[in-house]
Amino acid sequence: MNFRLLVSISGSLLLARLKQTIVAAVGVTFSITMFVTLLSFMSGLNDLLDGLIVNRTAHIRLYNEIKPSDFQPINLSASFKSYHNFISSVKPKKERLQIYNNAVIMDFLKADQRVSGIAPKITTQVFYNVASIDLSGVINGIDVEAENKLFLFQDYVTDGNYIDLKNTPNSIILGKGLAAKILANIGDIIQITTAKGERMQLKVVGYFQSGLQDIDNAQSYASINTTQKLLGESGTYITDIQIKLKDIALAPELAKEYQKLFDLDAIDIQTANSQFETGSSVRTLISYSVGITLLIVAGFGIYNILNMMIYEKMDSIAILKATGFSGKDVNQIFIGIALTIGIFGGILGLILGFGLSVAIDHIPFNTAALPTIKTYPINYNPRFYMIGAVFSIVTTYFAGYFPSRKASKIDPVIIIRGK
Amino acid sequence: MDQIILEAKGVSKYFHDPITVKVLTDVNFSINRGDFVSVIGKSGCGKSTLLYILSTMDTDYSGHIIIDGETMRDKNEADLARVRNEKIGFVFQFHYLLNEFSVLKNVMLPGLKLGKYSVKEIEHRAYEKLKILGIESEALKKPNQVSGGQKQRIAIARALINDPLILMGDEPTGNLDKKNSEIVFDIFKELAEVYNQSLLIVTHDNEFALRTDRIIEMEDGRIISV
Repeated sequence: MNFRLLVSISGSLLLARLKQTIVAAVGVTFSITMFVTLLSFMSGLNDLLDGLIVNRTAHIRLYNEIKPSDFQPINLSASFKSYHNFISSVKPKKERLQIYNNAVIMDFLKADQRVSGIAPKITTQVFYNVASIDLSGVINGIDVEAENKLFLFQDYVTDGNYIDLKNTPNSIILGKGLAAKILANIGDIIQITTAKGERMQLKVVGYFQSGLQDIDNAQSYASINTTQKLLGESGTYITDIQIKLKDIALAPELAKEYQKLFDLDAIDIQTANSQFETGSSVRTLISYSVGITLLIVAGFGIYNILNMMIYEKMDSIAILKATGFSGKDVNQIFIGIALTIGIFGGILGLILGFGLSVAIDHIPFNTAALPTIKTYPINYNPRFYMIGAVFSIVTTYFAGYFPSRKASKIDPVIIIRGK
Repeated sequence: MDQIILEAKGVSKYFHDPITVKVLTDVNFSINRGDFVSVIGKSGCGKSTLLYILSTMDTDYSGHIIIDGETMRDKNEADLARVRNEKIGFVFQFHYLLNEFSVLKNVMLPGLKLGKYSVKEIEHRAYEKLKILGIESEALKKPNQVSGGQKQRIAIARALINDPLILMGDEPTGNLDKKNSEIVFDIFKELAEVYNQSLLIVTHDNEFALRTDRIIEMEDGRIISV
């Protein structure tokens, strides 16, 4: 009863100053709109940029690295255990890049509950022969289907069909930049030379475009069988196992585990691409600070308008108090006004923010670097809307708090006697 | 019939700004149910100050105010608001109506705050009060659409909505012309005689005071005759 009465008084005061109320609400609406849009857009952009790496990079990569052995023979000798051994001119040991016994490892990984999928890979250096010129580059031998399933391979194949790589023997998909350099069209036969001097002719079945120039200018894809043939290796030869996890956050921990278990080198995505995470978090931080600044500015607007309203309504407040409304009631009336402005402005802001996001989502955005992107990216994460809603209420509450407290402390005697 | 409803015991008050001045000195008196009392005195003798202390709006005093058998000394702000709402009706020199609400809603507000009756009932009672004051036809207008005399009558209706123990007035006719003053006085008289309403009216209009049942005369913060 009391609550309803206070609400109706708040409402009447609001309607009496409709214009100012609307101005205040528009301030909130504008800031919430910008907050939601900014975060959706920024987050969409982050996802896009992260996706460039994350979608196409294994969460964990198992491989053999050529490096000096951590243990030199002298360290194994019992008699020199308590000595400091200085060894100079250490060289990397001769080690094959092949992962031994990879079929067993892959079976084990497939059975692991934390792993969502694996794809074997061979990476090898080659020369692309164009007339008398040799261009150096890299061929990735991939299991076409597994690669497509885990890393969305087909999204990056801009010309030709990715599956031809599997179905056509001795075929290759060239990086777009590379193809332009060596003037190879789809259907052409190109010749390559391996590091060991083997020559082979491959048929171009498509181009791919990753968005990273360095990759597009030097790399190409072939099937695992073709690559094994190219290297003159058996059907069990692979150099990398790429692992995708169900939870990317487990990658560093699991990488260590696998490294120990299989006696291989393992690198996780967080270690390999730490700069992306930093970039994303800084961008997110900036968008949040801009959004919150907007809200605080809107809060000052509400504060001003309420302050003015309280000066104007001094008499009304005095008479309300004289006729039995307590300071708390008066406080609630003005908090009610502030929250009404906040809630209506906020809801409208969320709707407009969604609308603006949708509009941005439809603006064409074509860039050669990003073949799969046709419009500006937007992330419609409900979290932004939640934060926006909570913030609009919290800021308006605080903007209303101080003027309301002032109103509740007004002494009716002073005003009434002052007449 | 001689039940005491309002009592002041040794009430004193100081103003501290800019210098400490004693405005009320040991004020003692009481009012019985149904009394029609006026307080007179020269300007600045402290009669309005006394009224605001009696109305519980001013709490900075020494001594005791007893309303309906309860001392107001140790009540907090919310309790005092409740006492004002339930037991005291107030009419000021200026009407203080809220222009945002209709005349009817203005009269209803203290009743809605008290919450003793349903909204329908309060509306009905508000109409009755307006009828007693002869302005029920103005009920749905906004306060800024009625005349000054009518406004003051609306303010009286508002003061009466919760059937207060006592109706207090601070120069309620001060802003009115002769004719409207007459109407307001007649209303007060009728309230006292027909409805047995207690009234305490501060005025400097001696003619008005002489027609009340009892006159309290003040000078320099003291009561000189009761």
